This record gives sequence, C-alpha cells and structure tokens, in this order.
Amino acid sequence: MSIIQVTDLVKKYNGLTAVNGISFEVKQGESFGFLGPNGAGKTTTINILCTLLSPTSGTAEVNGHDCLKHAHKVRSSIGLVFQDITLDNDLTAYENLKFHCYLYNMNKGETEERIEAILNVVGLYDRKDDLVRRFSGGMKRRLEIARGLLHHPKVLFLDEPTLGLDPQTRTTVWEFINNWRKKEGITVFLTTHYMDEAEVCDSIAIIDHGRIIACGTPEELKKMIRGDTVYLKTADDSSAMSELKETFGIKAAKLHDSISFNVESGDKFIPKIFEGLKTAIVSVNLKKPTLDDVFIHLTGREIREENGNKPGELLKMRRRG
Amino acid sequence: MLVTISRPLLWLFIVGAGFGSMVNIPATANYKQFLLPGIIGMTILFSSVFSSISVVWDREFGFLREMLVAPISRATIVMGKLLSGTALSLVQGTALLLFSPLLGVKLTVISFLLMLVFMSMLSIAITALGLFIASYLTSLEGFNVIMNFIVLPMFFLSGALYPMNALPNVLHWFSLINPLSYGVDAFKHILFSSGGMPVAEFPLLLDIGVLFIFSLAMIALATYSFERKG
Repeated sequence: MSIIQVTDLVKKYNGLTAVNGISFEVKQGESFGFLGPNGAGKTTTINILCTLLSPTSGTAEVNGHDCLKHAHKVRSSIGLVFQDITLDNDLTAYENLKFHCYLYNMNKGETEERIEAILNVVGLYDRKDDLVRRFSGGMKRRLEIARGLLHHPKVLFLDEPTLGLDPQTRTTVWEFINNWRKKEGITVFLTTHYMDEAEVCDSIAIIDHGRIIACGTPEELKKMIRGDTVYLKTADDSSAMSELKETFGIKAAKLHDSISFNVESGDKFIPKIFEGLKTAIVSVNLKKPTLDDVFIHLTGREIREENGNKPGELLKMRRRG
Repeated sequence: MLVTISRPLLWLFIVGAGFGSMVNIPATANYKQFLLPGIIGMTILFSSVFSSISVVWDREFGFLREMLVAPISRATIVMGKLLSGTALSLVQGTALLLFSPLLGVKLTVISFLLMLVFMSMLSIAITALGLFIASYLTSLEGFNVIMNFIVLPMFFLSGALYPMNALPNVLHWFSLINPLSYGVDAFKHILFSSGGMPVAEFPLLLDIGVLFIFSLAMIALATYSFERKG
C-alpha cells in the first residue's frame, strides 16, 4: 500500500520551473530518500506534500488525502522537520512540545506521558526546563525530531535533517529516527545530499533539474553502473593484462601502478583470478559502486559540485540546458 | 513594562510642555490633558503593530511554519495573534490610563470601564491591520518601510497631537480614513465627557461604527491573505 502518491506534479514560480512533471510513490512503513543537488526541486516537492505550496498542475496524495483539497487531513497525518530550525527560542524544550500538543489537539491525559517518554529517548529530559535558546545545534535538531513524532504522524518528513551537524551527532540523530520508525511503523520521507544517508533508505528517487532521473532501491540503482571495479597490483602488469584477456575475455585498463577492470559481481570474481592467473598478485582492491557513482553516471557530474560557484559549472549547465 | 510605558510618558510630559503654547485647542482644555487620549492611542498603535509584525519575525525564524503545517485553520492563527496583540495593547493602554488623575482628568469607574471597551476595539482594529500588512511582508527589512509610511503618519494624522480640523485639506482627508482617528476620538468622548470640553470631532456612534467595520474588514482580509499565501 502506498502512503504517498505523486502524479505528474509541476510547480512553476514566475516562469521558473522548479518541479517538472514528477511521479513517484512511497510505500507505507518504508524509508524513502529523495536525493539531488541543491536547487533540484527537493524542498519544493516536500513543501507541496506538506501543504505549504500548491502545485501548478498534477496531484499529490498523502495517507489517501489530496494535499490541495484535504490539506487539513494531510496536516494531521504528517510530522515535519525542516531544513532550518523552527523552534521557539524563548520557550523551554518542554513548552515547545506542549505547544505542539495544543496545535495538534492531542488528548490531555496522554500528552504529559508522551512528552516525558519522547524527551527521555532524545536524551533531553534533564534539560526540559531550559530555554531552547541555550541549546546546541544538535540538541535543537533532536528536540525538533522529537516534536515531529509527538503526535503519532503516519509520515515523518525530514528536509536535510542533519545539515550542519557534526558526524557524531548525525549518527545519534539517525539511530533515534530509525528506532522510532520501527517502533511506531512510521514512513520516513527524507531529502538529503549526503549519499551515505541515502544508502540506508529502503528506496530512493534521484531528482535533478526538477525531474526524477532514477527511482528504485539503492541496490537497483547501483546496478545501473555495470558491476564492480576491481583494482589489481601484480608483479608484471602487462602480462597480467594479456592473461586476463586470454583467460576471461576481460579488457583491463592500465593505471599508473596497477590495473583495473569492471565485472558484474567483483566479490565472486576475485577467487577466480587467484585460480586462473599465473602472474603473482601483490594486492587486490574491490570497489562497490556508490550512489555518488550512480549520480555521476546519470548526470555526468558530482552531486556536491553545484554548491560552489566554479566557473566551469556555469559552462556545464549551459551545455545541458 | 516600565520601559514600554516610559515612552508615552515622555511624549506626554515633554512634547506636552513644548507644544502646549503653539497648538490652538478649545480654551477649556489644557494641552497635556488634550494629549492624553492621543498618547493612549499611540501606545496602542505601536504595541499592536509590533505584536502583529511578530508574524514576520516568526516567518523569518521558521516558527510560523510549525503553525502553518499544523492541522489548525489559518483563521485560528490570525485569531490567536489578534487576541495576544490586543491583550498586550490593552495592558499598556490601561497602565497609561492610570496616570490620568495626575493630569487632572477625572476617571470614574464607568469611564474607566468604557475606556477598556474602546481601547480593546482600537487594539483589535490596529492589530488586524498589522496582521494584514504582515501577511505581505517576507522579511524584517520591510518593517522600516511600514513604520515610516504607515505607522508614523497614522499617528501624526490622528488628532492625537493637534485637532484634525487644524490640518490642511489633503492631510485632513487622510486623517478621515485613518482608523486611529476614530479610536482617539472615542477616547476624547469618554475622558472629557464630564468636563463638557468640545474636543471630540466625530459623533461617538460614528467612532464605534468605523472601528467595528474596519476591524471586521481587516480580520477578513488578513485571514484571506494567510489562507492564500500561507
């Protein structure tokens, strides 16, 4: 059963097309990664799904409700963690959560227990009466995620939830999200440009220039790159290369101190090299394709490139356009 | 609290002392007394505008979005902001009102209660206007423009500092479309009713009617514009 259904969604701002006819679905209970460079249309899509923007054309449904016609029902079935902090700095952690309970009209008997439980999980119970103003970035994030989960949402939207956090905090934030996801069967919709965060998602859509260019599980996407890359260091590279060609029909590339070639599944192929090759092998290295490679394969550039203003980028984009 | 009412008090005593000799007001009133309703109006004007502009602040720091994605209607958000702005203005206006005996303006229980009613009406009108403006502001930079081109002229052209009749024609027209004029005028009716000073310029019923209709219109516009733009 799909909990999010998007069909031919288009969003234009004053002649600029941010989202250009995208369609996808997210199944109940899975974690869905929405991946793409800055400005690709990720945040626009999330804003349409959480009823903050109305689409130019196309439809979006969350939990069976249309985002435009039944915004109210959509809003009560989702939780949100935005790119930037949306806590009230002048309230304490506890007050922020309490205000959230009022907004979502939660059962009074339940709220106290729920707030206490959730503050314990994010490790902020000791600080519950401190003003949010005094919290560090990581603490604010944890509190926001706690808040997003407070009202038992069906879908939790996370827009770049770990942007600007140190690696250690990123890990704790993720542990926390995943624990709660399993515990309460929540669907997680995540946008990110950190590839390692996307790797752990159940399924992924890659968006670029307002279009979805690939969709599937991380494994499926990586299969788009033909197999794995094997790096070999041998006593005699040129004889190893000719042997590879004769025995396995593989054309290897000569690198400066090693040779490399692509095979379908590298882990199964390596034992065969040891059996079949007469030339002495010094070292073997296997590189599995990453989502970064997938993105490069699909677009011809790296996902982080567009963050900077390199002159070459402009040229590339012009050529694409 | 002390800081917030110190500004109107400064206006009252310093401007009052300086302008008193220059402004032509009905001979029976002294200028500081004449100024009191205007300064109460000013206090309500500033405090209402500030609290409604806090929506822009919330927008800039993201907190508004927490409310916009919650399953509550836009009208609820507008109402919440309206009530908090009104309450704040009312407290400040009342604090200032308590100074009236000091200026020789008699304050009875009835006139005090009536003042509370009219101060609430003016606060609602101005806060609703502020919310309507705030729904169009996307950053705090716009706030200075609003201050200079809307709030200050509203104050100067409201009959708070000098009678509106004294204004040249065009400016007089502006003061007639200024909601603050009607609020200040209503205050004059209440505060100077016993003394029989003819300082008020409109009939009291007109003041009430204008404030009421203006408030309703602004609430409707603000709600509509939040509904549309989020």
